[in-house]
Amino acid sequence: MTAVEAPAVPGGAAAVTPRAPRGWTGLVTVVVVVVLAAVPLFLAPFATTTLTRILVFALFAVSLDLLVGVTGLPSLGHAAYFGAGAYAAGWVSINVTAEAPVPLLAGAAVGAVAAALTGWITVRSAGVFFLMLTLAIGETMHQLANTWDSVTGGANGLIGIPSVRIAGAPLTNAGFVHWYVLAVFLLGFALVWLVARSPFGTALRGIRDNEPRMRAIGYPTALYKYAVFVFAGGVAGLAGSLLAAQARFVALPDIGFLTAAFALLAVVIGGAGSLWGACLGAALVILVRDALGPSLGGHGTLLLGAVFVLVVYLLPRGAAGVRLRRRGTS
Amino acid sequence: MSELASESSAQNFLEVRGLVSGYDRGVVLHGVDLSLDAGAVLGLLGRNGVGKSTLIMTLAGLVPPSAGSVLLDGAELAGQRPDRIARAGVALVPQGRRVWATLTVAEHLALSARSRRGTWTVGTVLDLLPRLGERRKHLAGQLSGGEQQMLAVARALLTNPRLVLLDEPSEGLAPAVVDQIASVVGTLRDEGVAVLIVEQDLHLAFAVAGEIAVMEKGVLVHRVPTPEFRRDPDTAYRLLGVA
Repeated sequence: MTAVEAPAVPGGAAAVTPRAPRGWTGLVTVVVVVVLAAVPLFLAPFATTTLTRILVFALFAVSLDLLVGVTGLPSLGHAAYFGAGAYAAGWVSINVTAEAPVPLLAGAAVGAVAAALTGWITVRSAGVFFLMLTLAIGETMHQLANTWDSVTGGANGLIGIPSVRIAGAPLTNAGFVHWYVLAVFLLGFALVWLVARSPFGTALRGIRDNEPRMRAIGYPTALYKYAVFVFAGGVAGLAGSLLAAQARFVALPDIGFLTAAFALLAVVIGGAGSLWGACLGAALVILVRDALGPSLGGHGTLLLGAVFVLVVYLLPRGAAGVRLRRRGTS
Repeated sequence: MSELASESSAQNFLEVRGLVSGYDRGVVLHGVDLSLDAGAVLGLLGRNGVGKSTLIMTLAGLVPPSAGSVLLDGAELAGQRPDRIARAGVALVPQGRRVWATLTVAEHLALSARSRRGTWTVGTVLDLLPRLGERRKHLAGQLSGGEQQMLAVARALLTNPRLVLLDEPSEGLAPAVVDQIASVVGTLRDEGVAVLIVEQDLHLAFAVAGEIAVMEKGVLVHRVPTPEFRRDPDTAYRLLGVA
């Protein structure tokens, strides 16, 4: 019997592969970046802020996609590193300096260190055990944030985070914050994309498709998984520092299970493994949760659940899979 | 009485002694003894379920042994991690190919070539298996069964092995592809690589193997030079159910 290893991700979706931009794809990328940059010039501050929140969550989702879609590690606790980065950036901004890039670096470093401390055990498990371990780590971090009042503000959240400063000037205008977040998002996305397209990323996809076979040609796969787990934790921490810069408030839900589940939802809806699909998924999640949710009497989560079910049945490879199917490469 | 060890009394390139291995549900290998010289090809035959694939997987480190020794050129491999065994020069062509469906042929070759450097390079492998060169940009999941088998073989070659383990490489393949596999095994033998091939296709096993060994109930019970095995249909029938 011929066995071809097809990777699976939550929701039954097969993962897709980030490909190098070619021709019109590169043009579309440039147009999207220009439009995102021009948004504050045309949209009201509330709409701009919503888009900024989408970018923050998109970078978080992209970091999770590197684990879920590229490496085949479906984590339910990735918000632990996102929240740790947000608290770290907020704390540094309040107690040390809000001058960029210090809060960014603090968030990314704390996210990576938290992932390094928890990852060595988790990456040695697989399947349901990996899910349960990451869930347990997420809940532990949530409890830690709840009880460590002096640093996190406990149940009240971390309040009083000052505006990010660039060369001494505080970014108080929603448009300036948007451009700051956009710049860091592009940097973070480019980093993740480069890793996914590198020989290291190819090895990660080999691990996703068939880990024993990777080991059988000499790859120490646990080390590879640990490295990407720490890197993804760092990028999630970077996204968390953007949350602190944008919202200037970090609360317990930001490090909780629901945030992790929403990110996983974004990855699956967008198409695991493509990276840009996770951004589309993040946009949908934030729009439904923050923009549509209030008008639905707080039932945005229910709508997201329905969207998830529809995507699993109608678009098993998510939004990114639609493009692949059209190109006949699925 | 069958001859169970090779003639050489000196240390063989591969020395397996008392190898015990299995899965949660029970022991499959009950103390396998096996030796193989560099540049020798051993065909391993046996009925379904006697432990041939388990032996291959155990030698590759994918199934941990519970007892016994595996010496490759004097270095102990039993109980080592599969990646360390691979870096020591053991390559596996698994049953069912097991290619990485979402990786292209070129990515397969690049991944494998980084594992262990030596005389086999992407260029030399593509000279030997030119069809893969034509399919470089295709995803492995889009290849035919024969092309996938060639890719699995290429993956093994690019690790520059000293011992190659082939688990039913001809399964479900066209005769032309089987001939190509036989040719690759011949090339490996000529280069001094030891080859252990598990095969149901007796024609392929007879064509490439200098010796034939037969397994029964988790142990090696018979081992003779291939011509001798072919001259003794009664023993073949008794051990394999075919003459």
